[in-house]
Amino acid sequence: MAVSEDDVRHVAGLARVSLEPERVRMLATELNGILSHMEVLAAVDTSGIDLHARDDDDGMPLREDAGPQLPLARSRSAFAPESRDGFFLVPRLATHEDAAEGA
Amino acid sequence: MSDGAMQLTAAAMRDQVVRGERTSRSFVDAAFAASDAADPGGGALNIFLGTDRARTRADADAVGAGGGGALAGVPVALKDNLATLHLPTTCGSRILEGYVSPFEATAVRRLREAGAVTVGKTNMDEFAMGSSTEFSAYGPTRNPLAATRVPGGSSGGSAAAVAAGIVPIALGSETGGSVRQPAAFCGVVGIKPTYGRVSRYGLVAYASSLDHVGVFGRTVDDAALGLQVIAGSDPRDATSIDVPVPDYRSAAGSSMAGVVVGRPREYFPESLDPRIRDACDATLDALRSAGAEVRDVSLPHTDLAIPAYYVIAPAEASSNLARFDGVRYGRRAPGDGLRGMYEATRSRGFGAEVLRRILLGTYVLSAGYYDAYYRKAMEVRRLIAGDFHAVFASGVDVLLTPTTPTPAFAIGAVSDPYEMYLSDIFTVTANLAGVPAMSVPVGTVDGLPIGAQVIAPHFGEHRMLGVAYAIERTRQTRDAT
Amino acid sequence: MTTYADRWELVVGLEVHVQLKTRTKIFCPCPTDFGAPPNANTCPVCLALPGALPVLNAHAVQLAVTAALALGCTVHRTSVFARKNYFYPDLPKGYQISQFDQPIATAGELAIGDDAEGTRRVIGITRAHMEEDAGKSVHDRFAERSAIDLNRAGTPLVEIVSEPDLRTPAEAREYCVRMKEILEYTEVSDANMEEGSLRVDANVSVRPIGATTLGTKTEIKNMNSFSGVERAIAVEYERQCRLIEEGGTVVQQTLLWDANKQEVRPARSKEGSHDYRYFPDPDLPPLVLDGAFVQASRDALPELPAARRARLQETFGLSAYDAGVLTASRALADYFEGVATAHGDGRLAANWVMGEVLAYLNNAGLAIAECSVTPQSLASLLGLVRDGTVSNSAAKRIFAVMIQDGGAAAEIAEREGLVQVRDDDALAAWVDEIWNAHPDETARLIAGEKKLLGVLVGAVMKRSGGRADPRRVNQLLAERSRR
Repeated sequence: MAVSEDDVRHVAGLARVSLEPERVRMLATELNGILSHMEVLAAVDTSGIDLHARDDDDGMPLREDAGPQLPLARSRSAFAPESRDGFFLVPRLATHEDAAEGA
Repeated sequence: MSDGAMQLTAAAMRDQVVRGERTSRSFVDAAFAASDAADPGGGALNIFLGTDRARTRADADAVGAGGGGALAGVPVALKDNLATLHLPTTCGSRILEGYVSPFEATAVRRLREAGAVTVGKTNMDEFAMGSSTEFSAYGPTRNPLAATRVPGGSSGGSAAAVAAGIVPIALGSETGGSVRQPAAFCGVVGIKPTYGRVSRYGLVAYASSLDHVGVFGRTVDDAALGLQVIAGSDPRDATSIDVPVPDYRSAAGSSMAGVVVGRPREYFPESLDPRIRDACDATLDALRSAGAEVRDVSLPHTDLAIPAYYVIAPAEASSNLARFDGVRYGRRAPGDGLRGMYEATRSRGFGAEVLRRILLGTYVLSAGYYDAYYRKAMEVRRLIAGDFHAVFASGVDVLLTPTTPTPAFAIGAVSDPYEMYLSDIFTVTANLAGVPAMSVPVGTVDGLPIGAQVIAPHFGEHRMLGVAYAIERTRQTRDAT
Repeated sequence: MTTYADRWELVVGLEVHVQLKTRTKIFCPCPTDFGAPPNANTCPVCLALPGALPVLNAHAVQLAVTAALALGCTVHRTSVFARKNYFYPDLPKGYQISQFDQPIATAGELAIGDDAEGTRRVIGITRAHMEEDAGKSVHDRFAERSAIDLNRAGTPLVEIVSEPDLRTPAEAREYCVRMKEILEYTEVSDANMEEGSLRVDANVSVRPIGATTLGTKTEIKNMNSFSGVERAIAVEYERQCRLIEEGGTVVQQTLLWDANKQEVRPARSKEGSHDYRYFPDPDLPPLVLDGAFVQASRDALPELPAARRARLQETFGLSAYDAGVLTASRALADYFEGVATAHGDGRLAANWVMGEVLAYLNNAGLAIAECSVTPQSLASLLGLVRDGTVSNSAAKRIFAVMIQDGGAAAEIAEREGLVQVRDDDALAAWVDEIWNAHPDETARLIAGEKKLLGVLVGAVMKRSGGRADPRRVNQLLAERSRR
């Protein structure tokens, strides 16, 4: 399962990372080097393992449907890179990217 | 250390403050003096990323005598991935340069409410991804005991702050050994508690199922006291577990009679540096002399831990670090349109090792590879946890292993990523299994400290600390004779 | 030319996103109120600040379980929240927390077509799963910038996925209507499509009549009314049929419904960009629901709309149509039942509730809960009609007064002089007066022109100020004409 340069570019796209061409080559080599050490996992017999079985049968703790809202010690505009009228601003995107990538 | 303040344990400092014999301010000033002496100008060792001495002094002045919490007036240091209200929380990354959190981590709040006074935020490998504190966007931290060496990582700044005598207690975080390994490299005590024992709320996530808040102490007692204060369930962390917190310091003086200490053969391979093996075996001998039974045991899936870890941790990291997108906080880099902004922000904001792990993690989760890598690694993780379960179920109380295969290596000595990953080889298993583990100094190799690791069953911190106190005691006895 | 329907079968499955009626968000205690200033309802958790962690809202779980049980689903003891990873500025964490391969419930059903003239069909429900909503992106407010409001981010949703069992646009619409009814009855959601608390996506494909395999499907989003669902599916059905008959092939893609242009258009979507890299969210252990909780939730379910329609028909002798109208919402059905039970005559109660009450509410733009006349008060009014104390027309005037000023029906009838006069002496005097005043009409009536009886009754009624008992007046005039 060697990682190709195309794989690196695909994965970088998913992760929203841009890479110079020489970085792509380097990363393909590095990832292949790292993943070669993972091949040992494939040989392990895990047929008896049920990942859904759990010891703590109570499951996760839940919270009551009640406030108060968790406070912010400083305003949103104090940490936002760009904001106006309470909104966070980003470079304009076409309206129909909305549903395309949205859930 | 000019006035011996830093020879005191945290508990002794606290008692002096409460009794009005010394002020918190004097301890804080001593901490600053120690910092200046060890790390002139803050640049030599590069321990701290964020400090505000005026504010720290004001905080100290607000701690009065009488009453007082368990850490009243005691100076502490915090790893820079724990959210604090006044100092920036950068995680050692450019992408969070200058970011001041508008909320506080639960562990930090508990320290503050116990009266501890924060002297600074400590350097770390970016987003806790590293084992040497070389991969910080703000430069490497050096080992206070040997400035050409790394302090270990990723919590290297916190380990160094304790080792340099600046603070008796510091918080770090662990995903694969990032407290225990630097503790061993710096000759201090480092605890990784049971998963769920300490709230992760406000700990900036690297790999959520493996992340823990951990504690450094100059002594076992310091670390135990620090853990005492931060332990307990938290309604803001659904993975924290509601189990009563025992009095950890009452483990001091525990008898070793009848305690069964396992020596797992996989942690003592042929290739292990014999001096490290001998130091651990000497420790086991001392425990045996104190009444413990030492038993050879096996954890057969140990060699799978690093491969499983370096699938699971990057996978979770690739998702956890998606929130750093330049939209709501952090440093945004301009780019062409939204996509360009995302890519510029993330490519420039993250360092090489973080990008490497994000891409690795994205790859192992992506369509077609999930089952072969992520699912398989999660299954192997069950086998590793099963090893611990079996050995503890067989009557073994704790395990004793080397913390690291080597002492602190030289800065720049390890360049291959996978070779660096192997420095976690003895620590990563406890993160995968969620069991508590700690490192205790047990000697030196070539003048560099090494540590022994004590591993206990889930929520077995009290027994683990009992053994650690005993190791510390027997070393003091040996040193004295 | 034959129609597409002769050659192509439509196959539709629906994904219904339901906003759960909680006070706070699914993973943090921020309020879910509408109308707050941008980003006011956000906190470290729903802003995805570094270090913040999600904690699941117990009431959201309760509502999801209630919805699942009302749809006949099996609720699972263990379900798992996963991360669906993709970048979008209104998705603060860079992933949506959503149940994936272990949803809270599976295998339910929803019946359609069991009203007045329909043929009952059971539509399978594949699964129901819990997830969080995203925030909102506003594109037209600032130049060169999109504005992000995360108030809605983290609103609890349950997504209900149907089997591809629907065969016509009308069926799809009815499925949505029935779904909305159930969600309202169980108080799981406001289920309002216009306000976005009910959102429907349609998976649409066509296949030759008689084929058993499925064609390539497209997904239609952005339909914000029931008629929009019906219309969009019809338009997409025709588009796919035409495309195939012209030699083309349907491409799997996401389409957006444009209600103004009545057309679907492709959403911009990068090929191969949908690799969501789902994995179990390590911040949230599995959700475990014990059997007792599920049973208690089942026991607490209210009577569901279909059962209620059947019971109202049975108990009150209503037509299927009337029962359908009166059970459109749980509050309306409760109102009707209150009136019918207190009054005793279900049909009269039905006529009144469907007539006067709904007409008034529609005109005033009010919900049934806001009706100022209680079912008991209305029943008292109907009692006056039944025992002849007031006429039907007087009752309508009394109802108007009750709506305006409140008060008891009997008192208003007295005060307004609307109590019917049934005393023969008084009625005879009015009849004499009218008889004498209309010699032409009375002559023609006597000569057999029966329709003039009504004219004369009307005149008497007018003379009495509406108070005369019209039946008795009719009798008196008829007797008089035969003398």
